[in-house]
Parts: sequence; C-alpha cells; structure tokens
Amino acid sequence: MYAYDELDRTLINERVSEFRDQVKRRLSGELTEDEFKMLRLQNGVYLQLHAYMFRVAIPYGTLSSKQLRALAHVARRYDRGYGHFTTRQNIQFNWIKLAELPDALADLAEVGIHAMQTSGNNMRNVTSDQWAGVAPGEIEDPRIWSEILRQHTTLHPEFSFLPRKFKIAITASDHDRAAIKIHDIGLRLYRNAEGETGFEVLVGGGLGRTPFIAKTIKPFVSRRDILSYVEAILRVYNQYGRRDNIYKARIKILVHELGIEKFAKEVEEEWKHIRDSALTLEDSVIEEIRSRFSYPAYDKLPHMPDELKKAAHDPHFEAWRRNSVFTHNVQGYSIVTLSLKPVGGPPGDATADQMDAVADLADKYSFGEIRVGHEQNLVLPHVAKRDLPALWKALDRIGLATPNINLVSDIIACPGLDYCSLANARSIPIAQELTRRFANHDTANMIGRLHINISGCINACGHHHVGHIGILGVEKNGEEFYQITIGGRADENAQMGTLIGPAVPYVDVADVIEDIVEAYLALRARPDELFVDTVKRLGVEPFRERVYATR
Amino acid sequence: MTSPLEQKKIKIAGPSMVTANRTWDGVVIYRTDQQSWSADLSDAAIVRTSDEARALLTEAVADDVGAIGAYIAPVEVRDSGAIKPGNLRERIRSNGLTIDLLPA
Amino acid sequence: MPLVKDGKIAADLFVHVPDGAELPGDGAILVPAARFLEDPQALLAHAGKLGVIWPNNRDIDDLVPYLDRLAAIALVFPSFRDGRAYSQARLLRERYAFEGELRATGQVLRDQFVFMLRAGFDAFEVKKDSDAAAFAATTKRYSVFYQPTGDGRVTALNRRMQLRHSESAGQ
Repeated sequence: MYAYDELDRTLINERVSEFRDQVKRRLSGELTEDEFKMLRLQNGVYLQLHAYMFRVAIPYGTLSSKQLRALAHVARRYDRGYGHFTTRQNIQFNWIKLAELPDALADLAEVGIHAMQTSGNNMRNVTSDQWAGVAPGEIEDPRIWSEILRQHTTLHPEFSFLPRKFKIAITASDHDRAAIKIHDIGLRLYRNAEGETGFEVLVGGGLGRTPFIAKTIKPFVSRRDILSYVEAILRVYNQYGRRDNIYKARIKILVHELGIEKFAKEVEEEWKHIRDSALTLEDSVIEEIRSRFSYPAYDKLPHMPDELKKAAHDPHFEAWRRNSVFTHNVQGYSIVTLSLKPVGGPPGDATADQMDAVADLADKYSFGEIRVGHEQNLVLPHVAKRDLPALWKALDRIGLATPNINLVSDIIACPGLDYCSLANARSIPIAQELTRRFANHDTANMIGRLHINISGCINACGHHHVGHIGILGVEKNGEEFYQITIGGRADENAQMGTLIGPAVPYVDVADVIEDIVEAYLALRARPDELFVDTVKRLGVEPFRERVYATR
Repeated sequence: MTSPLEQKKIKIAGPSMVTANRTWDGVVIYRTDQQSWSADLSDAAIVRTSDEARALLTEAVADDVGAIGAYIAPVEVRDSGAIKPGNLRERIRSNGLTIDLLPA
Repeated sequence: MPLVKDGKIAADLFVHVPDGAELPGDGAILVPAARFLEDPQALLAHAGKLGVIWPNNRDIDDLVPYLDRLAAIALVFPSFRDGRAYSQARLLRERYAFEGELRATGQVLRDQFVFMLRAGFDAFEVKKDSDAAAFAATTKRYSVFYQPTGDGRVTALNRRMQLRHSESAGQ
C-alpha cells in the first residue's frame, strides 16, 4: 500500500479547489461547455444517457479499507448506493450531479482518493497486476513503477493535452494479468541475461475501431532510464500523433503509419537528448518511492492449518476454495478473489453495503488492503489460510462468494446502452442472461476457463476483441444485433478473436453462446483442453457451422 | 442507437423532439415550445420538418448554461396525442435502466 | 485581447504584421514563420525587436539557427486542447536555452496558465479579460509539482529527498 504524504495530499486538495472553481464558472456561464468539457473529463466526469458519470481513480487497483469505505460513502451520499468497477481498475458512479462533484471529490480527498486524469487526452490510470506484491514468481512489485509513472504524468504540463488518451500497464510476472499487449505502452519487468532488472517496452497496443497488439520498441530499458524513455515516447507522440481525426489519434496509429523501426528511431533520437537528465532515476529515488509502500507483517503460518482441514468436508466451501483462492508467495497465506459476477447480477457492480462489508473483511482478514482487477472482480491479497473458512462464510452472506472466477459466467462487460451515450446496444442484460444459463457450478467447472467479454459498441471498453468469446453490440435498423468472435486472448499470448459469422439479434445471443460452448465440449481433445486452445487447434469453422446451421 | 452526438446533417424521419441533459445535475430534459426545458417528455415540442427541427435545436443549443449535449431524437405520437420515446435509446433515457440491479 | 506579461496585464510592445503587409520601419514586430523563412537576413536586419510566430504543426528545428537573434517567439494553441506548443516551448527553453519572450497565442484560457508557465511561456495573449485579470491568482493554484521542467520549481521528489537528507544529517 502506498502512503500518500503531505505533498501528495496537498496536490489532491489543490486539484479539488481548482475543480470547484471550474464548476462554479461553468454553472454561472463564465465557461462554455466547449471550454469546460475537457476540464471535467480531466476530473473523470462524463455525460452519459441519464446523468453524469463519475470515474474515480484507484491507482494500480490498490485500495485501503478506509478508502473503500469512502467510495461506499460517495455511492450513498451522492449516487444511488452502488458503484461499478471497470476494466482499468477504476470505479464509476452513474448518477452523480455536477453541482455536487466538488463536495464528493473533497470527501474522497480526505482519504487520498482523487479522479485526476481518469478521462481526457492525458495519461490515464497506470494499471498493473491485481496480484502485484503477492504473486509467486514475481520479479518485484510492479506497483512501485506504476506509482513513479503516476506521479510523473499527473498534471504534466507538456502532456496534458495529448492527441488522445494514453494508457500504460505494467506486469512483473511471466503470466500477464495486466493485459500489457493491448495498451499504448506496455511494460514488462524482467531480469535479463546479465541479471539486471529492467523493462521490455512495448508500444502501440489498443482495441477499438482499429485493434493492434503492442510491438516491442526496445527489448531492455534499465530502471534508471525508464522514466526518460517513456518521456521520449510521449514527446514524439505529442508532436506527431494525428489530431485531425479522433479515430486515428491514438499512438497505435502513429506506430502503424511510421512502422515500428522508424518510430523507435524517432524515440531514440529524442531520448538521446534527455537520457541523462533530471529524469534519470537514481537508486535513492526509487528507494524513496519504494519505502512508502508498506507490506504486511506476515505471521509464520503452516502450509495446511487445521481450520482448513476441518472445513474441507463442506462441499460448498471446497467449491469456492478451489475456484477463488490462489497461491500466495508467503507460506500460510492466500490470494482471494471476490466475484462481482453473481448469477443475474450486473457484472462488476457492488453496493455501498457490500463495499463497507468488504472493507471490514479486509481489516479483519487482509491487513486492510483490497485490490481491483481488470476483470471487474475484487481481491483480498493477504488472507491467512486458517481464516479462509470464516471469510468464505462472511462473503457468502453478502453475495460475494460465487465460485465462478475465470469461468464462463465470470463475464467482463462494459455498461452498454443502459448507461453509456456511445453505445449501440445493451451489454448488461446479455451478461445477466448468460450467468443464468450457466448458473450451474458443476457445468461451469466442466467447461473450464472461458473468458467472455461484452462491449456495447466498437470503442471496446469490454475488451471484446481479446475475449475467448467476444460479443460486440451493433445497430441494424434500430435493432440491437451482436457480432460474435472467438479465440481472442489478453495475456502474454495476446491476439484478436475471429468473427464466426453475421451478427445475431439480441434474443438469440444467449442461445448462440450455448451452442458455441456445446460445440467446444463436443470437439475438445481432452477435458483439460481449454476452449481457447480448441479454437486454436480447429479454427472457427466447426463453431460457425454449429451456430449458423439453423440460423 | 448510433450516437446522435455524431449527427451533422439535420434530417428527420418522422415526428421528433430535442432533448439534452441539465447542466447542473445531468437529468434528462426535453425542449418545450415555450423556450424552456422540461424533465417530462409529454411537455416536449414536436417538430415534423427538418427546418422546424433545425430551428428548435438552434434555440436549444443557445442555452449553454442550462443544458448540455442537445440533439434531435425521434418520438412516437400516439392517436391519443401521447408522446412516447421513438427508439430504444430514448426509451432508456425516459424510463431508466432496462436491467435489475440486484442479482435475480 | 489583453497581453499578460510578468504576471500581469501589460501593454503589448509587439505588433503582429499581417501577411502581405509592409514591415513598419522600426518597433517590435511579430512575423509569421513562412515570411521570416523567405528571407531571414532581411527580417533580422529590422530596426526594432523581431519575433516569429511559429505554427504548432512544424518542427522548431528550422528556427533554431536564429534563436539568439530573436527577441520573441509566439507559439500557437489553435484550440486549447491542442497541446503541441507545450512540447515546442519546452524544447526552446530547455534544449536550446532560448531566453527571449515566449508567447502563447490562440485559444489561451485561464485553466491552462499553470501548464503554460511550467512549459516556459512568459507572455500570454489571453482570450478573455476576466482570465487576464485572474492571472496572478491562478498561478497560485498549485504549490506541489511532480515533474521537473525548466521552470525551476522544486519537484515533490526533490523536496522529499531534501527532507530525507536533512533528517539523516540531523542525526
């Protein structure tokens, strides 16, 4: 957990004062909407169908229990009692009033939470692995670097008006849980052949209308140089990224149009000038940031405590444990995922009551810390194994123990047309129906790991391109239709899915997904061949046949 | 449901109205024929030609302080004279979410 | 359109010379880049101070050879959302050590003053009178800055490191 000091808090408060003044000037008419829109976006305030939406930053997905309670407070006091966790580890409130936003921000500022740059053409949340700091085999905690980059890019005078938004993700594990290959800059922390820790830097990933997998621009940048190198990339982008067409303004387009070699050369040219400058990260500076991250004082605990042995006879507990509990890098502890995908529920939502309850559970069982994953679930990262049975009972009582993590009903979905003014079609009711169709845990377990991603429009906030099954809402003659893709992946083997055929109407989507799953079950080589591997082996044809035979 | 915020040419396919969101709280509002806004769809001014639509939109957009994001949207006018939203997007804006928020 | 210089509204000593117009005999002038580059020597021979208006979609490289003889450079924000001039400003100040007046023109609004100052601008053709009047107050909005630029403001990181050193020195 990173502890904000006086300086960090002062900055947040100064930002709140500034926004309060900006809102005042907007409501008095001194600022037109055209002048104000970008300012409110820079504080995470969107206009949606029914109301404003307020996107609060959860830097690299880490929250203290105190902070989670503050989010619950905002949900109650300023919204309709719930919030939605997003694919970038942030939280969104859907019914906020502009006039009350400065107060909401002031309340959040008291616990070191802000909404700086959660929208706008600037650096967004620098996301990371929700298991950062506790994942076995991790090189080092990537969040230290997320924080270094967060500070450097917050209210950066040169890069607050980029051609378009900019998203960075960092991973420090072999298995990429941060989806770095679909980000504008992806950073992979690793140890090179000489034993030095540094970064593989990838650039130009992104989804939306023109999806691209990020390309390696430099295979190794030292920790000392990473900040100046990122600055060089941003400066090249700020100057040469397209500004004539918002659909061609992301860095992925610039990289594509120049080619990665030419782009790399431009960056190298710029970097030569700033490589040894104030941006060089001396060890003492890195240590200063690292020292502000606190880690739990873990107890020395046994690998298999009695409490766990006793609880093993309970099939419901066991089903949950086998599904939602993951290995921790400290013996006797576990990483616990809390499913925000209950049967029939909107994926990724939590009520204020649930948030408060999770905060209490975090205090009791997780050293006061919670994580938010880009799959729109929560994590308690430091749970002693002996506490698992008690924790499970408590989670089950508040509806956060659905044992469906990584399974077919653990769906990632954008808010869609129910909320979002950019959407062509609804996504949440599709997700809800799918969780009902696949509510049976034995069936879901038999199907195995299967990621469904739903986006209500081509902006792809649901990351449908990289879903094992991707569902994209489109509009045809005023009706909602959905294109289905299969075989996408978001991890270290990232790739885009393949369209299986013509778009299908709203009422058919759940049936189509069931047909695809049935096809997989019939075609898989072995029970443990994952859906996405069956698709890789056989291609989309057998699935297409099955789905469109009677349609 | 293609985002009407991308509307450039004003061309209406049937009876239409102008809608926006209220600046201070984001509430959905409809332009009346009294140079004002109402949160009630039944108060919406109905336009039936592109010229009327353009005029109503121009006047609505001039109220930059009170409303944001004004655009022209279709309506259905029943025999009774009742005004109903003309597409799914406007139905959602008028009636609210189509989903249950709690697991069901 | 008021000019703000040295933190307050000031008389503008420079005259914008429109395209095609004859150069005045003396006095401070601002000429568009294209005109300047047609015959830089002729313009540099101008009796008064010379400034160049440089577009934001052109590298400053072509201007660099003349920096030490220019009294002013005006950069452009066609929309306040177009941030290319911030990079140009920083390069001029920090890489090429330009010491003349660096002027922000275009859609120059209150809520970008602090960014512009930090990027190296010291003169502002401010769009609104009320914004110009509020300039001094606006520059005091922030006291904490995370990243180093050429403006000399001490960064948060530096302040922390200084604190650390003084703490350990005090032991």
